[in-house]
Amino acid sequence: MDFDLSEEQRLLKESVDGLLNDSYDFDSRKKYRAEKGGWSKAVWGKLAEQGLLGLPFAEDDGGFGAGAVETMIVMEALGKALLLEPYLATVVISGGFLRRGGSAAQKAAHIPGIIDGSKTFAFAQLEKNSRYDLQDVSTTAKKKGDGWVIDGEKFVVLNGENADTFIVTARTKGGQRDANGIGLFLVPADAKGIAKKGYPTQDGLHAADVTFTGVEVGADSAIGDPENGLALIERVVDDARIALCAEAVGAMDESLKTTVEYLKTRTQFGVPIGSFQTLQHRAADMFVAVEQARSMSMFATMASDFDDAKERATAVAAAKVQIGKSAKFVGQQAIQLHGGIGMTQEARIGHYFKRLTMIENTFGDTDYHLRRVTNGGGLV
Amino acid sequence: MDLSFSKEEVAFRDEVREFFKNNVPPETRKKMVEGRHLSKDAMVAWWRILNKKGWGVSHWPKEYGGTGWSSVQHYIFNEELQMHPAPAPLAFGVSMVGPVIYTFGNEKQKKQYLPRIASVDDWWCQGFSEPGSGSDLASLKTKAERKGDKYIINGQKTWTTLAQHADMIFCLCRTDTTAKKQMGISFIVFDMKSKGVTVRPIETIDGGHEVNEVFFDDVEVPVENLIGEENKGWDYAKFLLGNERTGIARVGVSKERLRRIRDLASKVESGGKPIIEDQKFREKLAEVEIELKALELTQLRVVADENKHGKGKPNPASSVLKIKGSEIQQTTTELLMEVIGPFASPYDEHGDEGSNESMDWTAQIAPSYFNNRKVSIYGGSNEIQRNIITKAVLGL
Repeated sequence: MDFDLSEEQRLLKESVDGLLNDSYDFDSRKKYRAEKGGWSKAVWGKLAEQGLLGLPFAEDDGGFGAGAVETMIVMEALGKALLLEPYLATVVISGGFLRRGGSAAQKAAHIPGIIDGSKTFAFAQLEKNSRYDLQDVSTTAKKKGDGWVIDGEKFVVLNGENADTFIVTARTKGGQRDANGIGLFLVPADAKGIAKKGYPTQDGLHAADVTFTGVEVGADSAIGDPENGLALIERVVDDARIALCAEAVGAMDESLKTTVEYLKTRTQFGVPIGSFQTLQHRAADMFVAVEQARSMSMFATMASDFDDAKERATAVAAAKVQIGKSAKFVGQQAIQLHGGIGMTQEARIGHYFKRLTMIENTFGDTDYHLRRVTNGGGLV
Repeated sequence: MDLSFSKEEVAFRDEVREFFKNNVPPETRKKMVEGRHLSKDAMVAWWRILNKKGWGVSHWPKEYGGTGWSSVQHYIFNEELQMHPAPAPLAFGVSMVGPVIYTFGNEKQKKQYLPRIASVDDWWCQGFSEPGSGSDLASLKTKAERKGDKYIINGQKTWTTLAQHADMIFCLCRTDTTAKKQMGISFIVFDMKSKGVTVRPIETIDGGHEVNEVFFDDVEVPVENLIGEENKGWDYAKFLLGNERTGIARVGVSKERLRRIRDLASKVESGGKPIIEDQKFREKLAEVEIELKALELTQLRVVADENKHGKGKPNPASSVLKIKGSEIQQTTTELLMEVIGPFASPYDEHGDEGSNESMDWTAQIAPSYFNNRKVSIYGGSNEIQRNIITKAVLGL
């Protein structure tokens, strides 16, 4: 029983916090948002230089063989900084598919580009009617010769505008909601038949709707068994949820800190508003919500290594419920305690609120995961 | 980071669990499950079994009969005790006055009181709150006037838990009325059979008798019954209240209650099927389970921190334990009410004896719900806990 970071993990935390402290203040972030695709290539390069893009990959693949705790450390820091760069889409999700399901050739072809920062990825999964159901897939991949032809529409693909490569979920057989018959395909973003419509998202990131029309890819593009990819998808999406929990904790920490600072400095009726008990207690409740979220983020991180897939899924779902609730409470109260200034784009706090709100709705909202916990037989 | 217990800790858990299984009197366990009050004899009998095993005052220093367990072992012990369930050792003696005596008392006091606390030869009660001094405890007015080698004590205490069973009381009394309110308080212990002590029961909303008013009318107490220094009582009181940081979450109690909710909800039907199959009910239950899991992890963070770094600086997360722990305890009693629905209503006049057998399974659920409103009030109300977070953690 130990919740402390190891010496190496502590150093990692210091280094990523240090990097973002230096290069990611609120004004810099505004500039990065204005760059093409909505994030900074220079910052991405710095993340690569510090080895952060190679963390989870095996040493044989050129990475550092780090585990879930290291990803948690990085994601918390990214949450604090409100990072725009596509770490989740590229390193956690697409890197996750390659690590956990990729062939030796696929790893060799794609992982080095992720690690050195030259290539980014996007996960094209959400469909018009799939909502949070990972096995609801109507995009098709039909066999043609040795290869595949992909047809379908994907929505809100994070980093879809800038990515060099998509990882696309597509049905190789069966009906729209069958568990069997789902494959994962590596598709170059410049392949013929791809149409992208990029846009900023509410939280300042960038996404795209992507249409695949008769897009032809080779036999070597399928990750794992093209008729049986659901388990891998669930595994990697759980990785993403775990990472989002940590990101949310970082964003909540910063929201609370910013709010408490504001309560200490904003004066009304001749005194700092932090001297009013009704506001103090609201801030105390935010603290409780953040600590409960932190506990569950740690739980989810450690659940990442659970042997039993069902146990892991239930633990991650439970964490996502707690994070969803805490994030909503902390985000809303942070705005309320800031008063009018919290309503402006100019103040930092609103941007945390927006990111936290979007995290709740990514890969399953609170109700969705609550249902998963009940279906998993509960936690006690 | 590592979530698992070591092999030794797992073996310890099994040993503790096995001991409770074989040694807690079944009738005591049954009454605990049903949320009934226990008689003095039943509690004392169990605590003596525990003390014979050497676990009666487990967290005391070894020289006074403690076990020398690690923080993780204490956590496991409490968790298993709460989940069995069995009554925890009497807090007023074991967790409160005991540590004050072995930390601030003189040798004679240690010899005189500590063994009798461990063997439950003395039942202790706590004389802190007064009618005019609840959350603002330091405003207390009960006076101890020095006259020769005696204190003459006059005043009134209230909410004195189980004072009807008590042999001894530890009391905060004002010994200097001129000093600033925290400065003039002393920590004095005395016999409840002393002349001038009157105990009057307070009946609580569940119909139970746990708490009392205690009146002192010229009670004569030898000056050697002062613990530590005169006028330093407030420091000892703060020490006493800060002593127990993790048990207060009562995670094991809530776990046990969730087990009972699942059990009853699979027996009680609504619309032709057990309530446990109702999706809305299941989601409510899952929400509590998730909150409790988060609290358990928060508690483990505090425990692991103490285990590794000692008890020096309190982990800020420990402030969460009382607030969340009490909220969850209350929610579990609400869910039990929801499960039994209209059968919550009948009032069992036979009370804790449960002689009305047809009502045995539901009789205490509403009283327990009413009674559990106390958990967010006592031990520093949840609003006081928020004040503590505000000042100690957020620095507002």
